[in-house]
Amino acid sequence: MLEYTTIINNDYHYVINSIVQNFPCISIILSFLSGIFCAALKSKGAKKLCFFNLTVGFALSLATLIYCLKVGDYYIYMMGHFPAPFGNEIRVGVLEALMATSFTLVMMLSLMGGLKHIYHDVLPDKQEYYFLMMTLLYTSLIALIYTNDLFTAYVFVEINTLTACAIVMLKHSKETLVATARYLMMSLLGSGLFLIGISILYDITGHLLMSNIKEGVQNLVATGRYTFPLEMIICLFAIGLGIKSALYPFHSWLPDAHGQSTSASSAVLSGLVLKGYIILLIKLVYRVFGFNVINNSKVLNILFVFGILAMTIGSIKAINERDLKKMIAYSSVAQIGYIYMGIGLGNELGMVAACLQILVHAFTKPMLFNTAGAFMDTANGSRKFKDLKGAARKNMYAGIAFAVGAFSMIGIPLFGGFVVKYNLAIAALNNPSKAVIALLALIISTVLNAIYYVPALMVLFKKDDSTKKIVVIPDKKDLGFIISNGIFIICNFILGIMSSYFIKLIIDGLKVFS
Amino acid sequence: MNKIFKSLNDFVNGVQDEKENVHLKHKNKKHHEKVLTERIEDIVESGENKGFNKFYNVIAILLACVIIACMIYTVSFLPSFGDPTNPANNEVVQAYIENGIRDTGAVNFVAGMILNYRAFDTLGESTVLFIAATTVIILLFKHKTKEEEKAEQLEEAKYEDKHDLILRHGALIVVPATLVFGVYVLFNGHLSPGGGFSGGTIMGAALILYNSAFGDNSTKTFFNYGIHKVIKISALSFYALSQLYSFITGANLIESIIPNGIAGNLISSGLILPLNICVGFEVACTMFGFYSLFDREEI
Amino acid sequence: MVSRLFTNYYETVSIIIFGIGFVTLLLNRNIIKKIIGFNFMDTAIYLFLASKGYITGRIAPILLEKLGDTNLAGYQAGTAVPNVQNYINPVPSGLVLTGIVVSVSFTAFFLALAVRLYREYKTLDMHEIISIMNREENKE
Repeated sequence: MLEYTTIINNDYHYVINSIVQNFPCISIILSFLSGIFCAALKSKGAKKLCFFNLTVGFALSLATLIYCLKVGDYYIYMMGHFPAPFGNEIRVGVLEALMATSFTLVMMLSLMGGLKHIYHDVLPDKQEYYFLMMTLLYTSLIALIYTNDLFTAYVFVEINTLTACAIVMLKHSKETLVATARYLMMSLLGSGLFLIGISILYDITGHLLMSNIKEGVQNLVATGRYTFPLEMIICLFAIGLGIKSALYPFHSWLPDAHGQSTSASSAVLSGLVLKGYIILLIKLVYRVFGFNVINNSKVLNILFVFGILAMTIGSIKAINERDLKKMIAYSSVAQIGYIYMGIGLGNELGMVAACLQILVHAFTKPMLFNTAGAFMDTANGSRKFKDLKGAARKNMYAGIAFAVGAFSMIGIPLFGGFVVKYNLAIAALNNPSKAVIALLALIISTVLNAIYYVPALMVLFKKDDSTKKIVVIPDKKDLGFIISNGIFIICNFILGIMSSYFIKLIIDGLKVFS
Repeated sequence: MNKIFKSLNDFVNGVQDEKENVHLKHKNKKHHEKVLTERIEDIVESGENKGFNKFYNVIAILLACVIIACMIYTVSFLPSFGDPTNPANNEVVQAYIENGIRDTGAVNFVAGMILNYRAFDTLGESTVLFIAATTVIILLFKHKTKEEEKAEQLEEAKYEDKHDLILRHGALIVVPATLVFGVYVLFNGHLSPGGGFSGGTIMGAALILYNSAFGDNSTKTFFNYGIHKVIKISALSFYALSQLYSFITGANLIESIIPNGIAGNLISSGLILPLNICVGFEVACTMFGFYSLFDREEI
Repeated sequence: MVSRLFTNYYETVSIIIFGIGFVTLLLNRNIIKKIIGFNFMDTAIYLFLASKGYITGRIAPILLEKLGDTNLAGYQAGTAVPNVQNYINPVPSGLVLTGIVVSVSFTAFFLALAVRLYREYKTLDMHEIISIMNREENKE
């Protein structure tokens, strides 16, 4: 007869002695509940509930982060009455809490900044569904961050996909339907590959909990059995999650989906949704296969090459783009390339840089998309550069925020983007075989970034001589927009100037991550 | 019923008919019949390069073939089919079967596994269904004014008497039987094959049959959009709340106050029976909602 | 290798079906056929999982008294255990159940999307829809 208490007593990570340790679970279930109740409310009530949930979620994640920093170790929270290989569980450490906190903040700010556009773009009788989808998207993101079970991760990946498609589709226009269909199709391919990867992995290790799978995998590697299937599984996971997070050759859905949707959706999609899958990938690297197994496989080289291709080709496509939002969307492809290059470098420093890039990009891209939405107001909703001449002068707050975001993406010192590039360069120097290519790619990509962001800024700040009539007068006193962009700018500077603190946090987090 | 077939027919045949409405110069010509200038015009007009698309297709086919070949090669390494010594048949499976009845009180080990050991997954899964129902509502639901609704009811009333006699009398016998069978499957989820999802689908099928035999107006007397919403929301929120209780007590090592009952009885196995009922009602509502939305854009 | 493929014939077949579904979803231009391809793909995965859970000569994991597992009270009290040799692996069955619900949800969503796309563009051909969209965008 199996006694679960003996298993629990043997591992001190199961000990729950502070009420704070319950917070991740409570925040997940709470956002589930508020998402469900949004369906019963009208638009105003749903908005209030959504923001209430995000505020509470932020407080809970912050408390969790502080607790984790104090303890310095991870803990395991059983989702039910049964420990490791038998029941579900979530696992909380510094990195997870950090990501959850910043994701909550970013989501709240992007919603706040794009609120006016939501009311404008979404039909009035469907606005409550927008907040419902956002709340459930948030649930799936934090569940993806915290979960320690591969199949739970699959279920939440699917929730993430479904809600992400829904928030693209909710903008009332023909084009968003097409964008959603393409996005949905590619996502389904990705989930199919991911699910069959899980099935094969379950077949050869017999577990679904990440920590137990790792034991099994290390055993298999030590005895030299199933080497080809293991390689294949890593490939399937990498391709599946690569498709979902718009890695270069699979990025075709991204510009449409991010360009067509309403600005808050674009912000959340590129700031958070893509990152959720990448965090899952990092989790797979550390917690399911182990860093050494991944390092010995060829998959990292493939990710490295794809990352570099994304950095350059994404930027080149952005240069050719005459559509502001699509240009920013292609810039996302390039920035995702940085993350994959960091993972592909195959050393600890590269991973730290990748995690930092996740944070920096999450705090920068939503700002760019929200300001792009504000610029579009000055040009009757047109996204074309030729109509946006001088838009930044008409809405100075948005202009400043866009400039900060653009400088950060280019990688000018003091801004967040610079720190990432600096750390990536250091990481590249530590890996002699890839150093030259990586450094070259970094330089080329920085130049390319400048080539499309600087002219964009010039066009936006140009004096507009024409006396075109503005139909939609930009609301300069949109308080939510100003506050959200202000906080985004502050966060960007914090990430740029106090980066050493965040790097230390991430290093500490990665230590207890595996 | 006729309405469905007609709309289905339109849906399939209409593709060919209405294509011609699209204004395009070289529309009716096949690709190889066009001269070069027309092709270039096409490229300029549509902003896409067919040659590039072809290249892309070839690459995609090659990639897919490589993936599948590799996967088939992988299969040849996998453990043998049906072998009891496979890695998947480990201590976890043993624990689920040996201790399942003690831990969960469910005689059906699969029900015990998905609703007690791994309940978090199943919560996510029912949320997926909820979200899908919401997206279909977003895409297809039409809000109608009072007058429109009334006009539609009158329209519907005209046809109602002419409904198929055989269908109506058949449905009178079949619907209650199906409903009872659905409820049986639902309530015996922890004792026999079945449970929330299968029972809910059977109940949903009964509702759909009732609706197509007796029409909208008589369905609306006991099942409308409001009730649909209330059932879905209350079922899911009960699910989430009970799971919150179970997670918190579980992680803090507090004994749950919900008794497991005597295994094998109908009222037993703790939370599994109520959860099954919740899931079942949610699934029934969702299935009927899908049918109703696809058929006539309302519930 | 080939003999192993015939031992694992369920898995081989499921991978082939997966491939068919994958290519259909990726390359077919018709949205309805894409949805069919997606369902092929998911069903193949369920076949794969179900075959992984099967053990020769055993029955579904629901306690059956005919097989000699009659001491229900003992099982509940923890003094006796059912015979593990009687039953197949319950884990893949649970996973398949979860997966089916997920794929039903996606199918419904995709079909509703197809209905709306057809209503807006009067065609179900994805390439054509995209080229119509591009043309309209360029016109503006």
